[in-house]
Amino acid sequence: MTHEKLILAVITTNPNKIAGGAPIFTCGTREEMETIATNLEAILDGIAHALSDELLIVVKH
Amino acid sequence: MNEYTFPILFGVFVGVVTRLYLLKTDYRQYPTYLHGKIIHIALGFIAAGLGTIAVPAIMEKEFAAITFLALAASQFRDVRNMERNTLNELDQYELVPRGKTYIEGIAIVFEGRNYLVIFTSFISTLAYLVWNIWAGVIASIIGLLVARKFMSGSRLKDIVDIEYVEPHFKGAGLYVDNIYIMNIGLPARQKEILRYGMGFILKPKNFNARSTIANLGQRQAILHDVSTALGVYRDSGTPALVPLAKRDLDDGRVGIFILPQEKDIEKAKAIIGNVPTLENAIRMPTESEANKKGRKLR
Repeated sequence: MTHEKLILAVITTNPNKIAGGAPIFTCGTREEMETIATNLEAILDGIAHALSDELLIVVKH
Repeated sequence: MNEYTFPILFGVFVGVVTRLYLLKTDYRQYPTYLHGKIIHIALGFIAAGLGTIAVPAIMEKEFAAITFLALAASQFRDVRNMERNTLNELDQYELVPRGKTYIEGIAIVFEGRNYLVIFTSFISTLAYLVWNIWAGVIASIIGLLVARKFMSGSRLKDIVDIEYVEPHFKGAGLYVDNIYIMNIGLPARQKEILRYGMGFILKPKNFNARSTIANLGQRQAILHDVSTALGVYRDSGTPALVPLAKRDLDDGRVGIFILPQEKDIEKAKAIIGNVPTLENAIRMPTESEANKKGRKLR
């Protein structure tokens, strides 16, 4: 099965609101979250999208 | 040597000249220099030969020979297949792909031009044989003019008004004017995009244009052409830096977001205006019987 779009990773500073299948990266600060998201974006060839101030997802398009 | 030798040579020559004339390589660099061109000149030569030979064949009452033209048709359909396959393969390695609609448009053109060559050779040889060489020359000029008329389609500037708009962010959302383009999560990326990005609004001049620029293939063609002409701030593995075109559902305007290497508003406008309107994207809703009645569409 091929996926059109796929959440490759979830990066958050608030783990209470997250659950599910994609790998979840919990960070202490916003800066840490952004650094990790930048690296993941480059590694996974995905785009980091912001859903809220404390939640980023990396999506393969 | 017989009475047909010179007319045939003349017809073939005119056909090849027509093909050369139609085979201008421009900024798109397709067909590529030399090898790609040789293929098309050779095929043009064959087309010219077929168009030319048809005339003496008719005059000698060799009507069966005309069936050769059917062979030509299948031959040139293969040209279209060949171009489509090649371009589709290459498209995967473009930073900003052409898109299938553009590729199909190019492939159709390659097939169509060979028929124009057949036509030009045919009427030139016919005129030469019926009257004299000067009639042949005049016929070939008419053929060339007809070919040129068919070669040049309309441009985007004929159907839309182009306006520059600075792209901006609302939260994580990137907007061109009021048209949402995409969500960019990282502040560093956002800065990059604001620094290099340019936004344009295409405002359709009428209802037909609205459907044409809504076509995804047409939009991709615009992005490809702009990125070819102005360069693109992008690499493999940076999917966030991608030129996009999105539509305003309310009024059919299209927001173009591009990341050129050369940030020049006037040049970009000229390039967008010169993008061909793709044959396969053109729609004419106003020609529909139902739409001719009642309220006028705008």
